Amino acid sequence: MNQPNSQPASELMLRETASQTAGPYAHIGLALAAAGIPTRDEEIWNEMAKPDAQGEHIDVVGTVIDGNGDLVRDAFVEAWQADANGDYQPDYDLSKPFNNFGRTVTTFDHGSEWSLKTVKPGGVAHPGGKMMAPHINLSVFARGINIHLQTRLYFEDETEANRECPVLSRIESDNRRQTLIAKREESEGIVRYRFDIRLQGQGETVFFDF
Amino acid sequence: MTHDNKRYVERDRNWHPPAYAPGYKTSVARSPQQALVSMQMPTASELTGPDFTHLRMGLHDNDLLLNFTHGEGLPQGERIMLFGRVMDQFGKPVPHTLVEMWQANAGGRYRHKNDKYLAPLDPHFGGVGRCLTDDQGFYRFRTIKPGPYPWPNDMNSWRPAHIHVSVTGPSISTRLITQMYFEGDPLIPLCPIVHTLKDPLAVETMMGRLDMAHSRPMDCLAYRFDVVVRGELQTFFENQ
Repeated sequence: MNQPNSQPASELMLRETASQTAGPYAHIGLALAAAGIPTRDEEIWNEMAKPDAQGEHIDVVGTVIDGNGDLVRDAFVEAWQADANGDYQPDYDLSKPFNNFGRTVTTFDHGSEWSLKTVKPGGVAHPGGKMMAPHINLSVFARGINIHLQTRLYFEDETEANRECPVLSRIESDNRRQTLIAKREESEGIVRYRFDIRLQGQGETVFFDF
Repeated sequence: MTHDNKRYVERDRNWHPPAYAPGYKTSVARSPQQALVSMQMPTASELTGPDFTHLRMGLHDNDLLLNFTHGEGLPQGERIMLFGRVMDQFGKPVPHTLVEMWQANAGGRYRHKNDKYLAPLDPHFGGVGRCLTDDQGFYRFRTIKPGPYPWPNDMNSWRPAHIHVSVTGPSISTRLITQMYFEGDPLIPLCPIVHTLKDPLAVETMMGRLDMAHSRPMDCLAYRFDVVVRGELQTFFENQ
């Protein structure tokens, strides 16, 4: 029953500012080198792990593919992951050997692949009590994406942990679960995980709401 | 570090633009067709996020009038201050959070190698800024008011003057990229990207408003743009 002058609780909150696409030129604001403009002394970029970071050093690479199967060459991707011990240390500091946060882009160069230099994350506890399998949270922004898409990258060689992961288990379709598993490659002693993000259609990547 | 008693107010995805908005043609092939998978129980992975207090900023990182001059001269266009407060849905200021922005110059041209619009670049204007909010959640930039520009969507589509604004907030759950428009611009109601929003009140959240009180006489006008990020909730009871 609404009393006079009573408001639903939702109206006592401010409304979140609405999202808009990052547009075709996001790189000039968020990835200066990729836009071909001078960089500042410190940029937030894709070297999350320096050589002295603790843990297994890996490269993570991938493409972003649209509903026609074409490469998206103007995507901006943000990564957030635990360190090798499964901890999140929010403090971003370029003097540290490892930062949990990174940014990368796709352009017309480098085969339109994004890439991150990082370490393999440790497992993180789920509030339900179980451990989540090692994963990297990725957010995808681009022209044509009205509100960023949030996904998770898991590792194909973590079969056991992936099977037990309470978040992966929430995805009913096994075929869809597979879209979150990065494939391991090794060349010249560098371990690389490949994770192609399919925005739409065949093999569409799972995106989360949280 | 436990985050189990923290939540963020759920995003209203009918308020935000949908992924598929056919009037904005690029969204047609870049929108997922499957439903988003909801995490009823967000984890430390979603409840935490980067803190940029220790990112070293340059002296003019938030001053677009000076950060591309090469010591030679000022950019052309309307000198404006853009400032506002970042707060959450409960009105709580969000201090020390990273605000980034980018924009075209006074003629609507971006300093990006892919922008081939015939309006010229301004040799003294780059179009990129960043700053941290202060203790009260306020951010400020000095810049040039950007011009509208044409883009290949409909036969004759023009973006209203706008500044892209990116806010981190306390967690990756609050992360937001939006665009600020200038109140009263007659191009706003014609724009297919603005039209991705169904609710006119949602469009209002993106308006920068002329603020004479904060304008500097004989120097620059001010526009105020407050940004609201998702509200942080503490849960009252633990599980069981």
